[in-house]
Amino acid sequence: MAHAATTPTSRRWPRLVATLLAVLFAAVALLSASPAHATSQVGLDDNEFQVSGIVRLDGEPLEGVRITVEGPGQSAEAITNAEGRWAIGVPERETYTVTLDESTLPEGIAVIDESGENPTPNIREATVGPSGNVPSNFFIGEGQRNTTSVGGQIVDRFFLGLNFGLLLALVAIGLSLVFGTTGLSNFAHAELVAFGAIMVLVFGVFLEFPLPLAILIALILSMAMGWANDAALWKPLRKRGVGLIPMMIVSIGLSLAGRYIYQFFIGGETRQLPFATSTQFSTDFFGLSWIDIASMLISIVVLLAVAYFLLRTRLGKATRAVSDNPALAAASGIDVDRVIRIVWVMAGGLAGLGGILWGYFRPGVSWDMGFQILLLTFAAVVLGGLGTAFGALIGSIIVGLFVEMSTLVIAADMKYVGALVVLIVVLLLRPQGLLGRKERIG
Amino acid sequence: MPSSTPQKTTGLHVGEPAPGVKKVDPIIVADHIKRSFGGLTAVDVAHLEIPRGAITALIGPNGAGKTTLFNLLTGFDKPDTGDWAFDGKKIAGVPAFKVARGGQVRTFQLTKALGLLTVLDNMKLGAKGQSGESLAKALFPWIWRKEEQEIEARALDLLQRFKLDAKKDDYAASLSGGQRKLLEMARALMSQPQLVMLDEPMAGVNPALTQSLLDHILDLKKEGMTVLFVEHDMHMVRHIADWVVVMAEGKVVAEGDPHEVMKDPAVIDAYLGSHHDEDLGELDPSITEAVKELADDDADDVKH
Amino acid sequence: MIDWIQLLGNAAQQILSPVTAAYALAALGLAIHFGYTGLLNFGQAGFMALGAYGYAISTLTFGFPWWAAILVGIGVSIIFALILGVPTLRLRADYLAIVTIAAAEIARLMFTTNTFVEYTGSANGLQGYKGSFEDVNPIPAGTYGVGPFTYNEYDWWVRIFGWGLVIVAALITWRLMKSPWGRVIKGIREDEDAVRALGKNVYFYKMQALILGGVFGSLAGMVFVLPRAVVPSNFQPTLTFFIYAILLLGGAATVLGPIIGAIVFWVSLSFFSGFVARAVEVGWLPFMSTVQAGQLQFILVGVVIMLLVIFRPQGIFGNKKELAFVK
Repeated sequence: MAHAATTPTSRRWPRLVATLLAVLFAAVALLSASPAHATSQVGLDDNEFQVSGIVRLDGEPLEGVRITVEGPGQSAEAITNAEGRWAIGVPERETYTVTLDESTLPEGIAVIDESGENPTPNIREATVGPSGNVPSNFFIGEGQRNTTSVGGQIVDRFFLGLNFGLLLALVAIGLSLVFGTTGLSNFAHAELVAFGAIMVLVFGVFLEFPLPLAILIALILSMAMGWANDAALWKPLRKRGVGLIPMMIVSIGLSLAGRYIYQFFIGGETRQLPFATSTQFSTDFFGLSWIDIASMLISIVVLLAVAYFLLRTRLGKATRAVSDNPALAAASGIDVDRVIRIVWVMAGGLAGLGGILWGYFRPGVSWDMGFQILLLTFAAVVLGGLGTAFGALIGSIIVGLFVEMSTLVIAADMKYVGALVVLIVVLLLRPQGLLGRKERIG
Repeated sequence: MPSSTPQKTTGLHVGEPAPGVKKVDPIIVADHIKRSFGGLTAVDVAHLEIPRGAITALIGPNGAGKTTLFNLLTGFDKPDTGDWAFDGKKIAGVPAFKVARGGQVRTFQLTKALGLLTVLDNMKLGAKGQSGESLAKALFPWIWRKEEQEIEARALDLLQRFKLDAKKDDYAASLSGGQRKLLEMARALMSQPQLVMLDEPMAGVNPALTQSLLDHILDLKKEGMTVLFVEHDMHMVRHIADWVVVMAEGKVVAEGDPHEVMKDPAVIDAYLGSHHDEDLGELDPSITEAVKELADDDADDVKH
Repeated sequence: MIDWIQLLGNAAQQILSPVTAAYALAALGLAIHFGYTGLLNFGQAGFMALGAYGYAISTLTFGFPWWAAILVGIGVSIIFALILGVPTLRLRADYLAIVTIAAAEIARLMFTTNTFVEYTGSANGLQGYKGSFEDVNPIPAGTYGVGPFTYNEYDWWVRIFGWGLVIVAALITWRLMKSPWGRVIKGIREDEDAVRALGKNVYFYKMQALILGGVFGSLAGMVFVLPRAVVPSNFQPTLTFFIYAILLLGGAATVLGPIIGAIVFWVSLSFFSGFVARAVEVGWLPFMSTVQAGQLQFILVGVVIMLLVIFRPQGIFGNKKELAFVK
């Protein structure tokens, strides 16, 4: 018995093996090297073929949606995972009925029938073809289809992109300032972003504090987190003389650990912040909601404040001086460590704010929401010129507009591809970025 | 002390010694080399010839553009304008590794010993044209084994001359500053160059090692190589250089015999009028902007 | 109660597992990039994805035999290395890091999008490409082995193929790093200007190293997907970070380090997560759910990466003097 139990691939004890698999799902997830939920993948091991799909709303995965598959030799149900994904194994090359349980969708959302002929678009048929694998994807939307004109769509997308670019700028400026003053390419910046949104979730949703208070607490904690990052980790590492590349790898370890700590506590699903999905704030103004408008205004005010700080205040000038040339700055009597500490506090606060706005923009708060925009943030920073705060602002707005406007011509699930391709092309043509100085890349 | 008075080479130039004077047998001829960073001109040399088979010193105050000129001549930096030839071949715009293959090898101000390679591996890396350095041939040791043995013999011979043979299996990172300078020079010689360019060979070297370094530089000349070096130590320049080129603010301000050139008023001016604080930053004035603003603030504070 | 025999058995299975072989191979490629040459490649997952999809698509869409499919995977990864290397190998090290991670994400998103579903199967991936490889299996049908190491003929064939590749790759790496080529490569890691000043075409050598390590990565991708389906979500940046963890565990500039690192990594991770999952079930960790227990291993990997870099950069098996980091 023990012999068979330790060989899950053996075909002789399918029932025992199946039971064990259910019990040992952590070990199985490990073997497949992907942290999949057991319930999103059903019966794949004892069936030769599969029906599978992704449930998404506007490109964002929907978790917890129930799908059933019925047909020859199989009747099973799966729940979509954090990536909106599900798969059910089937034994025959036959036609199966796939049903999406609409009661498990968020409110006000339904499966849409594009042809307009099917009265029950949430039930469809899937025939297993020669590849043994049939995708079955549903179109999900808000009741009726969007029928905006092309011109209207361009304007809508422009504002969407501007909003995204502005919140990305909040995130990118922090990353850029830290890079400028310490030389660190901080991959764990993503977790500072998620931290802000998660704190609003904790205080505003779990503990039911009033939203403004929850946001205030989240911002203060974000700044404290930035402070703690430097005090507990980065300053000691600088004092030890750890090189920039080892520090960058440390930040990757921190990012990985941080992300899964978030998942440990808040789980893998996406949760909404207060009012994020409510329809009462919609306006007639280019498809924007009051939340979008408030998000843009907040971003602009904060960015202006950051600009004032950097250009007009003594501390801001000291920050720029350290960024330009730490040796010269230290020789001019600037306390470099203090400046770096303040930069970290600012970076934490800006990233937290960016994260909260990102939580409303997506919409939704999830454990890996920061990591999802980390590469776009790097793209924005590199585009503008590594280490220059104003470059990061311009780079972010370009990336934001590019990501959203590109969906007019390419599929929505490829919108990040365009921005990343632009990043590589810019490095090819102008490695110092749009505002960077040539000497810095050597 | 060994080699009491070095044999000076004379009669290198044609006509009166002056900036850009013609040489009897130049190994490098450079024209109109200009390089600026931001708004500041780091190097602006109208004409310069380096005499073959002699030791030439390149001196000047901090920020005079000596290292920048070195970088330009060796292909490590690209000038805005300019043209120069090595051994009669034009090499402007040629990448650094090709310049080195052509027989013009350099060392660096901050010594670049390859720390986690052994001293012997550092030396072997210096040899030119190794067939085992091709990816395809590297897999088949019998192709390059004999060549490798010859290189090793040559490396051991040089290490013995530089008194590093006892250290051959140590990591270069374990050597002292002076030993690294020696290693870097010995490694450069592995490529059997015609011109050796040394950027501050004495900087940070323990005084006990300076004499041996000087002797090695003099030996290079005896073996028929040309030496061009950047140095601050005037004593050393007088002692071993056959010819001196003085730079200030990117330009060549004087040239001549080491004993004569020091009396040139242009040289005295250059040294007295120099700004020693330029070491702190790069030459780009825009990057000191924020510090200047701060300084202005301070000045304002004082006024009020 | 906890069945320790079974826990240990499951952990021991990781020693021969094709996943371990794939990670070892990918880590060897990364050792060439990062450990020996000093190239910060954060896109090893991209090379693996290209190898896996190169193999699967050329088998399924074009009906290529297994050996031709492998050649396609290798060819695609060489092209990918050239595209990455040409713009970035002249730039500072962290630019390569950002470009490689971005390029790997581009590759993954291109395999995920519905636009090319006909060839890639989009998010569901591909399967059913094993036929030609299965046909050349010399092992007669049946089940072989002892204790936890009991597999059927295909499972053995995949393991022999995967570990065979690891051994060949390790021999090639060992041979190269003892040659003058390896000397130039290590010199570039230490200081590329010094090597340039000695007349070596640094750019060309870095490109060669990027391609070689990338080819190892693409072969690793093929070994990774031969026992299962190829799914794009397996090739996220986290995969690359895991391979870095393995490399740092074993020692970045060693030949055996990546292999031993991969085995240690998977055996201990399997044991750890198996143990925690079981401990939760029997009520030893009352504050934790089984789902949370599954997250612990990833937190552990992140913390191990940080601790290794800070306190033991040469890896568990590396020589203290050989701590191979780019300055």
